Amino acid sequence: MVSPETAENIRFDLRIIASMIEPGSRVLDLGCGSGDLLAWLAATRNVIGTGIERDKQKAAHCISRGLSVLQGDLNEEVEDYPDCSFDYVILSQTLQQVFEPARLLCSLARIGRKVIVSFPNFSHYTIRLQLLYKGVAPKNDQLPYSWYDSPNIRVITLKDFRKFSRDVGYNILKEITIRTNPANSEGSVIRYFRDLRATYGIYIIEKIRK
Amino acid sequence: MIETTTSRDTSVGIVEKKYFTFADAPDKLLLESGARLGPVTIAFETYGRLNAQQDNCILLTHAFSGDAHAAGYHASDSADDKPGWWDFLVGPGKGIDTDRYFVVCSNILGSCMGSTGPSSLNPETLTPYGLDFPMMTIGDMVVAQKALIDHLGISRLLAVIGGSVGGMQVLQWCVRFPEMVRAAVPVATTMRHSALAIAFNEIARQSIMADPNWKKGNYYGGPKPDMGLAVARMVGHVTYLSDQAMRRKFGRRLQDKANFSFGFDGDFQVESYLHHQGSKFVNRFDANSVLYITKASDYFDVVEQICTPGLIKGTEASKIKYLVVSYSSDWLYPTYQAKELVQSLKRCGQNVSFCEIEADCGHDAFLIPDQRFTRLIGGFLDGIS
Repeated sequence: MVSPETAENIRFDLRIIASMIEPGSRVLDLGCGSGDLLAWLAATRNVIGTGIERDKQKAAHCISRGLSVLQGDLNEEVEDYPDCSFDYVILSQTLQQVFEPARLLCSLARIGRKVIVSFPNFSHYTIRLQLLYKGVAPKNDQLPYSWYDSPNIRVITLKDFRKFSRDVGYNILKEITIRTNPANSEGSVIRYFRDLRATYGIYIIEKIRK
Repeated sequence: MIETTTSRDTSVGIVEKKYFTFADAPDKLLLESGARLGPVTIAFETYGRLNAQQDNCILLTHAFSGDAHAAGYHASDSADDKPGWWDFLVGPGKGIDTDRYFVVCSNILGSCMGSTGPSSLNPETLTPYGLDFPMMTIGDMVVAQKALIDHLGISRLLAVIGGSVGGMQVLQWCVRFPEMVRAAVPVATTMRHSALAIAFNEIARQSIMADPNWKKGNYYGGPKPDMGLAVARMVGHVTYLSDQAMRRKFGRRLQDKANFSFGFDGDFQVESYLHHQGSKFVNRFDANSVLYITKASDYFDVVEQICTPGLIKGTEASKIKYLVVSYSSDWLYPTYQAKELVQSLKRCGQNVSFCEIEADCGHDAFLIPDQRFTRLIGGFLDGIS
């Protein structure tokens, strides 16, 4: 059996994502890290999960937890799956590191019926204020890197993503904006002034099929 | 990261080589080539206990020059004899835990370590087969293993696990008897040999056949083609290592001398290592077996069969769960070949995990104690449910 070692203290954003997934679904988690979300989905929602993780140690850790995980580059690995292999494809906190987001989303919409995308919101008020008052490249708990050591190659705001989705032909089925507390994996859903107050945006999108 | 000791305390203990003979005339075993072979003897060892539900059996498939002795010690071993070839992985509380699993390992058909092969007696002539031994394939090896598994009364294997030519047998099990395999772990292997791999095998074969003592395979009872066999093994060992490993192990260091001898006796440590491996091999292995087994591995090709429609149908529970493992410095079966296998399995909707292990030991890495590998296998086996 899959060991749900961290099932209780799974991160808030992952809990929100998990709550969007129907039990028994086939799920692909891109950049699955140590496999917390997959293990939680398997243990609580009877999900048939697969993960892709670039880091060899993390991938090995996932496999030794009993998860089905492929070690490799997600941009390449997603190409091999037949159409609609999954009910949900999850791209959690990775979009800001993807070289060709439009191309990747197109592949994800091909292999999955629905795609769940989450990313840190660059229009959060702390970010805006740092740029406005300090004039430095902003950092916060969600974007903790300096300009010279950041793995993130792009900055995305909630508005940017909504526009991008429409432009490249996706319906946004659901949008949940959240504020997280990185210290204790807790958080809350933000309903008002979301563009300013949300630290993360989580979207379920699907391809507009003509 | 690397365990260096394999103590007798953590070992499966004293184990015994057993034999199973089947396919007596007239019901000889029909080989893929159309030839018939019989009787067939398969040498095997078992560790652990078969449970009441008979669902805890793991079959280990060994590499080209391996044998059935995967773990533990034989009663006849002396104090400095090494344990079985996967002792770091197989034993009580280890990655393949013999307290929980019933582990079977058998010597492959065509080998010379107890199973029927070209050095066995041909019942029709009462002399060793030599080249009268029919050409056999990886598929034939697996059919013989299946006969053994049937004989042991096991209808479905929890897992088939093996590296190199052993990994080929794992894949062959999956295409030949998919309903009997719950999980498959092909390690440091390929769906088919590259030209590079065939080339090295051909050098090994030519080296044996060029030895004047080989006599078209009819050397039993006389001097053996030791020089040809030793050179074949030397070539093999180069392919099992890697540039990095050879630099680390030998570099350009000289063996027991400070200066060049300006002769051909062998100055470098790497030369001395290869000579040692060559002469060690001559004492334990049969040259004709090398010819047959290398040819079988060159013929092996499951690219077409790995995703036959028969394998795709069925529920999630009846699917085989795969774990493909490769090593970063393996140049005999490089990671790209493991990835091709993974790709094929993904395309037909199989449940597959893949991990490349970072190691500088080349192809041989799967035989070298490594906790990362042990944990990977142990955890993967836990997850089959």
